[in-house]
Amino acid sequence: MDLSLIIMQLLSGIALGAVLVITALGLTIVFGMLGVVNFAHGALFMIGAYAGLYLASLTGSFWWGLLLAPILIGAFGMLIEFVLIRRLYGRSIDDPLLLTFGLSYILVEGVRIVFGSDGIPFPTPPQLIGVLDLGIGFFPRYRLFVIALVAVVLLALWLTLEKTRIGLIVRAGARDPTIMQVLGVDIGRVWLAIFGLGVGLAALGGVLAGPMRSVNPEMGSLVLAEAFVVTVIGGLGSIVGAVVAGLMVGISISLVALFAPEMATIVMFALMAVVLLIRPQGLFGVRGRTA
Amino acid sequence: MSKTGSMSKISRRTALAGLSASAALLAMPRLGRAADETIRIGFPTPLTGPFAAEARDQVKCAELAVKLVNDKGGIGGRKVELLVRDDKLNAGEAATRTLELIEKDKVHAVVGALSSAVQLAVNEVTRARGVIYVSISQSDTINEAKDFSKYTFHEALNPHMTTAAVARQTLKKGMKVAHLVADYAYGHEMLRGFKRAQAAIGADNVGEILHPFGAADYSTFMPRLMSMRPDVLCISNFGRDQANAIKQAVDFGVKQQMKIVVPVILHNQRLAVGPDVFEGVVGGANYYWGLEAQSKSAAAFNAAFKAANGGAIPTDYGAYGYSGVGSLLAAMQTAGGTDIDKVVDALEKLQYDLTKGPQHYRKCDHQSVQSVLVLESKKKSAMGGENDLFAILANDTGSDDMLRSCSELGHAT
Repeated sequence: MDLSLIIMQLLSGIALGAVLVITALGLTIVFGMLGVVNFAHGALFMIGAYAGLYLASLTGSFWWGLLLAPILIGAFGMLIEFVLIRRLYGRSIDDPLLLTFGLSYILVEGVRIVFGSDGIPFPTPPQLIGVLDLGIGFFPRYRLFVIALVAVVLLALWLTLEKTRIGLIVRAGARDPTIMQVLGVDIGRVWLAIFGLGVGLAALGGVLAGPMRSVNPEMGSLVLAEAFVVTVIGGLGSIVGAVVAGLMVGISISLVALFAPEMATIVMFALMAVVLLIRPQGLFGVRGRTA
Repeated sequence: MSKTGSMSKISRRTALAGLSASAALLAMPRLGRAADETIRIGFPTPLTGPFAAEARDQVKCAELAVKLVNDKGGIGGRKVELLVRDDKLNAGEAATRTLELIEKDKVHAVVGALSSAVQLAVNEVTRARGVIYVSISQSDTINEAKDFSKYTFHEALNPHMTTAAVARQTLKKGMKVAHLVADYAYGHEMLRGFKRAQAAIGADNVGEILHPFGAADYSTFMPRLMSMRPDVLCISNFGRDQANAIKQAVDFGVKQQMKIVVPVILHNQRLAVGPDVFEGVVGGANYYWGLEAQSKSAAAFNAAFKAANGGAIPTDYGAYGYSGVGSLLAAMQTAGGTDIDKVVDALEKLQYDLTKGPQHYRKCDHQSVQSVLVLESKKKSAMGGENDLFAILANDTGSDDMLRSCSELGHAT
């Protein structure tokens, strides 16, 4: 097996991992800061893809869809937090889990009613159609763009959390919300923003995945499972964990596909099982954390 | 607990009313069994899941077949009713639903199922209970002697027929062929069919990749497929897997290097990903509405479907629903009712032409002998309208020679 093939395979693994990272990130942030396991994350990913497609066809440009859909769906996420999730803080972890689980059914069924249960084509933006010759092989331009965009989003997120005052409040709020309230921070607003961010990231993942897959009401269910696996491997609530685990899963799937393609889906679950046996809290998780 | 509580609250009056009602029910069959009892056809199909689009078309067309018979006064004066059930693309679910249809709803026959594993499960149940089952799934394991019964009929094309027809149109001696195959019965059967056809033609196999059923991402298979440098890539999967696999192959520039061929080209998946992605892809089909230019039966079927569905056109898998139910009802018409042995006999002798030309069920394995279409997806600029999806490359007339022989399937000859 020649080296260029392995490098191409690595690259497709990284592109696959990039979408996993974006979706797992939203899930892990919401869990880490709010203690909410968002089972509607996959459905919101799908809603994001539909919103992106709708906005792109409305404005005639993919780029508006890519920009506006995460913002719009993020705002919708804030509405969900404000109207529904907020009432369940302080109760057992199962309550928001059941709520979001039910919500996911409503969202999927709603999309089926509005857009039908057939898939809808999501055209690749014209600037990114085709392949780029990398010298060792051809790679789709669009997937290279996805890798780059995810890197930029990660950098922006890291800078916001680590270098700004807002980031400081968010990190402190995750550590000890009571003290934050004593210090006069309106923690409710922080949680609202965090949930909106998590949902916005899911929607961004959906828009990015749109041109690579067909857009259909069930596209989120598989993504939810993948995002959970990544989150568990990385450690629930850990942002670094989500990034490392997302790339790890993407690359493992890709390399296994080279040698035993029929095992490509199972490998991520096998990876999760191994990680859980060796480090039950996940690669970057904190032991005994209950959020 | 609450059940016993409510039980004790039943008054004597309601108990008496209930008793007399059940007595009336018991008396019914003696009065009934009359000519006016409706004929019930069970129809399990995957209304939810990745094959939902195809399943819904099947239902629409099956309903049309029932409606047309009822409009003409039914069968021997009896109305026909279609009982649609969602099998959720799950063999266990399908078996349960089918059992319910037989035991509870007392259906007279079952038509349906789309996926190979589900079809086997339905066939298990119907075979054990001696109920006629007309399968409209592409997989044909139920025609082999080990799963076959005299109650089992297979209306759909089978992998052997479609792959042979597609290979004849696309492969030449010395060509290099690679395969991307869904790792379950459907994919395996299609792969077997293609390999047999390419061996007969003299094309070379350069590699096979099996992918997990229902995968969303195919990018990880592409570098290796490209490195095999084939002339033709055969993608043997179904439903959304077909749409996703072709879309991602095209993203990787596969079409610049090789031709993409599929055993069955799906109308709804072509709609789901658009003309640019499917442009030039060649695949087999049981039906395409454009056949109306060369077939009167197709024109009549299209017209009836349009009238019943607000001008929409019927699809490939929809046509299976129509001919599957239609052939069964025609046989019941001949048999003069629902007597199982008489209907089986009538089906075996039936010559029918519902959507595309003459068809009949072969005696030994009850496979429907029928024509096979080979279609090529049109370029966007060449489309004469939004429904003008495919060009018909070939319309091979049905014959017994298209099928694997009865003895090969394990039937006594």
